[in-house]
Amino acid sequence: MAEVTLIDAVTMAMAWELEHDPMVVILGEDVGVNGGVFRATAGLQKRFGVDRVQDTPLAEGMIAGISIGMATQGMRPIAEIQFMGFIYPTVDQMINHAGRIRNRTRGRLTCPMVLRAPFGGGIHAPEHHSESTEALFAHMPGIRVVIPSSPARAYGLLLAAIRDPDPVVFLEPKRIYRLNKQEVEDNGKALPLDVCYILREGTDVTLVTWGAMIFETIKAVDQLARNGVSCEVIDLATISPIDYETILESVEKTGRLVIVHEAARSCGVGAEIAAIVAEKGMYDLKGPIRRVTGYDVVMPLFRREMDYLPSVSKIVDAIGAAMHD
Amino acid sequence: METIADFEVQYSQFLNPEGKPSSDIPELAKEPDALIGLYRAMTETRVFDTKAVNLQRTGKLGTYASSLGHEAAHVGIAAAMREDDVLAPSYRETGTMLYRGVRMEELLLYWGGDERGSDFADVKNDFPYCVPIATQCLHAAGAAMAFQLRGESRCAVSLNGDGGTSEGAFYEAMNVAGARNLPVIFIVINNKWAISLPIEEQTATKTLAQKAVAAGIPGIQVDGNDVIAVRHWVERALARARKGEGACLIETVTYRLSDHTTADDASRYRKKEDVEAAWKVEPLIRIRKYLTELGIWDEEKEKALLEDAADKVDIAVQKYLNTPKPPVESMFDYMYKELPEFLEEQREHAIRYADKNGGEHG
Repeated sequence: MAEVTLIDAVTMAMAWELEHDPMVVILGEDVGVNGGVFRATAGLQKRFGVDRVQDTPLAEGMIAGISIGMATQGMRPIAEIQFMGFIYPTVDQMINHAGRIRNRTRGRLTCPMVLRAPFGGGIHAPEHHSESTEALFAHMPGIRVVIPSSPARAYGLLLAAIRDPDPVVFLEPKRIYRLNKQEVEDNGKALPLDVCYILREGTDVTLVTWGAMIFETIKAVDQLARNGVSCEVIDLATISPIDYETILESVEKTGRLVIVHEAARSCGVGAEIAAIVAEKGMYDLKGPIRRVTGYDVVMPLFRREMDYLPSVSKIVDAIGAAMHD
Repeated sequence: METIADFEVQYSQFLNPEGKPSSDIPELAKEPDALIGLYRAMTETRVFDTKAVNLQRTGKLGTYASSLGHEAAHVGIAAAMREDDVLAPSYRETGTMLYRGVRMEELLLYWGGDERGSDFADVKNDFPYCVPIATQCLHAAGAAMAFQLRGESRCAVSLNGDGGTSEGAFYEAMNVAGARNLPVIFIVINNKWAISLPIEEQTATKTLAQKAVAAGIPGIQVDGNDVIAVRHWVERALARARKGEGACLIETVTYRLSDHTTADDASRYRKKEDVEAAWKVEPLIRIRKYLTELGIWDEEKEKALLEDAADKVDIAVQKYLNTPKPPVESMFDYMYKELPEFLEEQREHAIRYADKNGGEHG
């Protein structure tokens, strides 16, 4: 079994599906000869040919639109958007068509496509290259939003996303693309979507997080473990639809909830989780739900980006405050 | 300085408004059955359309976008297509959809507020009506890419209006189709009006056909009130695309004789004289005159056709009116292949309140 990074796992999953499903094609800007700006499709065009791994003209709305057209006619396109900052031209196609076509034709036409994009801050990138706007897509009915946080989950969840009969926005936390390696067996086994993954079991506080923030959260949790605080860490993994059951069960056990996400706070996915726990789990809570998030400001350029992002200290303090409620 | 690129735009009309054929009229125009078939479909479209507007006026249909005046363009396009080609229409292409085999009652269901209207029983792969402007051009390009990748001898046809040519998606679709030599035909039904904006204010270009130049594909302007010209050029374009020679753009020039939709009042923004002038060149008159001139049409046949069309429409209207509302839970049941767990609670909630909702609103 090979030790691979998260981005290697993304490449492996796409290669597996290209190999095993002739209807799978990859589309995007610079995904062919160049292998993608982050190298996610490195070597795939050489291996599978220019028809299966296609460089497209530069128009993100077009990439989403033709993917929808292909998907409705029996293909399984995987479209890459280079950075989340360039994903917004796809919004029209995703909300008006990808998420609606099954419903509006009563299942006559369907849209099994994946829209992949790297997202998130912390890599000293230029302007428009660091935002986390997963909540935009999570608000669209009919669209799944999936975010992996480890090589193994990147592999298994991306396979599941490609095989899913409905559209999936697959957001890759680029800060952890090459942060660590993990043994991942290239066996074509998908992981289930629509479920959370419990990364640490604990009894005092439930932490719900996703993407790159898993790492800060685990560091904070390790730090607090030395003081005897037992935290349960849940990787949300599928941002929409949310597996509330796992979260509610955990909160029932711990009585405390801290949500950590990079995205701006207001109307973020954390707000939805907090609302559901308030509706269905309030009497299990020993104190207020806390959120550690990005601020409701324009993402600063990189000299101050780390001040924008949730940090280990911010998370430690939030957990500490929750323990004192 | 030297000229390194230039372009010209060809215009084609075979039947003038008086129904007089030009000398180069194609063979098709000499086949009585084919001609009568086109005329029949155009008439049925007109009769259906009139009925749909009346249904809206009497509160039996929702807002409806009339196809009045577009019959030659609509039918000519559909008649040129093969059954296994794929159509990506806008929201006005009633005539094209009917000719493709979409049932009248399905279109009525759609405009009557029922999603089942887009679950075509006899047309499996065509896209349903598309309301967001020109977004469907990309779906046609994507469908064409699927056909190309699988080596299928099929084409996609996208239809949008003159207003849609201002949208990015229109150009993006033509551009990728040019760059990838896709088997897709883009058809602009230039009816001169995008709700209240006249074509002269939509663009500075003299024609919409020339928008093809920027995408490196051929563009042609056709008299959209001449069903023979529309059918001929769409057929030519499809044959070319099927041979692997790529996409093209066809501008069919016609006139929106109706309001934009039943919710619009076009008298607020356009002159009565202009509409009257457009009625003089509308598409049904000239083909009927031509058929009569050929000796294959007369008043008796016309009367029979109108009666037949009215009967057909009436049957569809009855089917539509007799279709009960879809079950309330159907709004949930086609969101995903399998209903996610969190939606089950909302689904049950909707069912619980469904009977109480009547009369509580507004």
